[in-house]
Amino acid sequence: MTSRKIVLVLGGSSDIGRATARAFAKAGWDVGLAGRDAAALEPDAADLRARYTVNASTHRFDVLDTASFDRFVAGLPALPDAVVSIVGLLGVQETAQRDLDHASTIMRSNYEGPSLILGLFAEKFLARGSGTIVGVSSVAGDRGRASNYVYGSAKAGFSAFLSGLRARASRSSVQVITVKPGFVRTKMTEGMKLIGPLTVEAPVVGDAILDAVERKKDVIYVSNKWRLVMFIIKTLPEAIFKKLKF
Amino acid sequence: MALVSGWGRFPVVDTDVLRPRSFGAVGATIARISGGVARGNGRAYGDAGIGQSQTIDMTAFDRVRSFDPETGRIRLEAGVLLSDVIDTFGPRGFLPYVVPGTRFVSIGGAIAADVHGKNHHCEGGFGRYVESILLLSGQGETIEVSREQNPDAFVATIGGMGLTGVILEATLRLRKVETGWIREQVIPAENLGDAIKALDAGDAATYSVAWIDCVASGNNLGRSLIYLGEHARASEISPDADKFPRGADPRLNVPVDLPSMTLNRYSVRAFNELYFRMGARRAGHANLVSIFPYFFPLDSVGAWNRIYGRRGFVQHQCVIPQDGARDVLGEILGRVSKRGDASFLAVLKKLGQGDGIMSFPLPGYTLALDFPMTGSILGFLDEVDRLVVAAGGRLYLAKDARQSRATFEAGYPALQRFKDIRMSLDPSGKIRSRLSQRLLDEVHS
Repeated sequence: MTSRKIVLVLGGSSDIGRATARAFAKAGWDVGLAGRDAAALEPDAADLRARYTVNASTHRFDVLDTASFDRFVAGLPALPDAVVSIVGLLGVQETAQRDLDHASTIMRSNYEGPSLILGLFAEKFLARGSGTIVGVSSVAGDRGRASNYVYGSAKAGFSAFLSGLRARASRSSVQVITVKPGFVRTKMTEGMKLIGPLTVEAPVVGDAILDAVERKKDVIYVSNKWRLVMFIIKTLPEAIFKKLKF
Repeated sequence: MALVSGWGRFPVVDTDVLRPRSFGAVGATIARISGGVARGNGRAYGDAGIGQSQTIDMTAFDRVRSFDPETGRIRLEAGVLLSDVIDTFGPRGFLPYVVPGTRFVSIGGAIAADVHGKNHHCEGGFGRYVESILLLSGQGETIEVSREQNPDAFVATIGGMGLTGVILEATLRLRKVETGWIREQVIPAENLGDAIKALDAGDAATYSVAWIDCVASGNNLGRSLIYLGEHARASEISPDADKFPRGADPRLNVPVDLPSMTLNRYSVRAFNELYFRMGARRAGHANLVSIFPYFFPLDSVGAWNRIYGRRGFVQHQCVIPQDGARDVLGEILGRVSKRGDASFLAVLKKLGQGDGIMSFPLPGYTLALDFPMTGSILGFLDEVDRLVVAAGGRLYLAKDARQSRATFEAGYPALQRFKDIRMSLDPSGKIRSRLSQRLLDEVHS
């Protein structure tokens, strides 16, 4: 029982977090679920135990409370084998344009917090000589767009952080993975107009994350269609791109 | 507002769709709605899963609360799909006792419709294996209901089409199985009489069902293939075989609405001819088939409901009491065959006693027919309903989109008791679906 690997899911109550936890538990990993309300995560932990006879624990974690990060990591019963950050906040672009607090919360939730906590785990993993870091970033970080550049810029920062961390860790056996899900039907995107063929369900993302960890990937687009879409978006000349209002 | 329909895609109705994420939020939702009903995975064919004004989407509640491998007892949230239970617990040696023709139904929906499977004649319906239900009444009370505790609410909730309140969780018993394989025996029947005889002779089989060729007529009216099945033991499958085969994701899909003429007399006849020849070839000896094609033949085609085109389709499923069933079913099949637009899918199956007071099954034979939605079909089915009512039969509410109040009232003798129980749980009438509005709510003039 002690030989089972442990994954820690930051943002465990999100739809992608729950799906990721299920994918890993199904593959035989023990799971730690971390989120702002640890008690609210207990039913999900019980679900994993009942389904897959794995150990599942819950942990209080607030991505905006960076001062607590050292204590959070030190307080874990064991250093996990993999940590997956699904934490993020879409926010409202129009509000963020006027309201600095809202813009700052989006930036801190998507860039500062996730980068700092994963950086902290990276130090521990590098010291141990093993571990996998997974950051769920976004295709929105590939190029800033008029409709969501506050969120997008924070994700771009997060992607750059992961990219640099990956380069630094490349000579060790610590793996750093960037995940770009594209459109996912979740609580976060409820009510948004999503383009059907480019949209996936949360379990598809969970399975893709597990697969990326098992196969030691670097950067994954959950759907290859997005790789193509973002290639086109990234290569459009700025003179044309800036006129697009999407 | 959103356009909502059942699996038959008729009717299509504009309602608010609410998606609560916690039981507390479901309670708050019930407190503020004017008339709504819970919806699971939307596999009821007609208007059962559509709220009068609000529809409460329960699919976010997909957790397993607990499982005891000693007893097979499992506690589930109402939005868990049977497919999920099968995929998760099948490999551990447990399956639901009762599965309907699709595995993509929610636990709440399976209870609300008291769904039946190919074993109803001997093992009863889904409700028989439900030990207790956590129910949120229209009054906003959360109550545990079982055969011992609040038994009236329990027997009204099994088969109650979600009209006693919102099913939040349920405790079920699962069946211990050694494998995910079925030992199947195929028996060809030349006509309806032979089919009924074969089903009667198969009473001792755990699973039995007949697939009827609705295009055949004359001496071949009711030509069928009867499928009997038993769970295969570990010693009966090849040592190289997977003990629990995986249920493939739908291999085929129907990505767009097909032109409504795709299914016509000729294409269906050709399909059925092929189907019966292939089936007859398998007759006589026992075959081992995975539970997935055996129980869920249509699940391998995603969105097969689109094959009927944009106008959708109606399914007519009746049950006719044992005595005299042969003549009534012969009359119905004769009319259907003469009409010629039926369904490539007709299923004949023997049923036993129902488990809830509004459960569809009664001892007799059930016949399920699909028809593309056309102008003339509704009048035709009204005629068929007259035959059903005269024979003491009834229609399955989970499939229904169009029966009249008179047909419904004649078929469900416990209706008044059901209304009384509903009134005690929901005096202000918060829980209302399009189906309840059509068939049993008071009409305000």
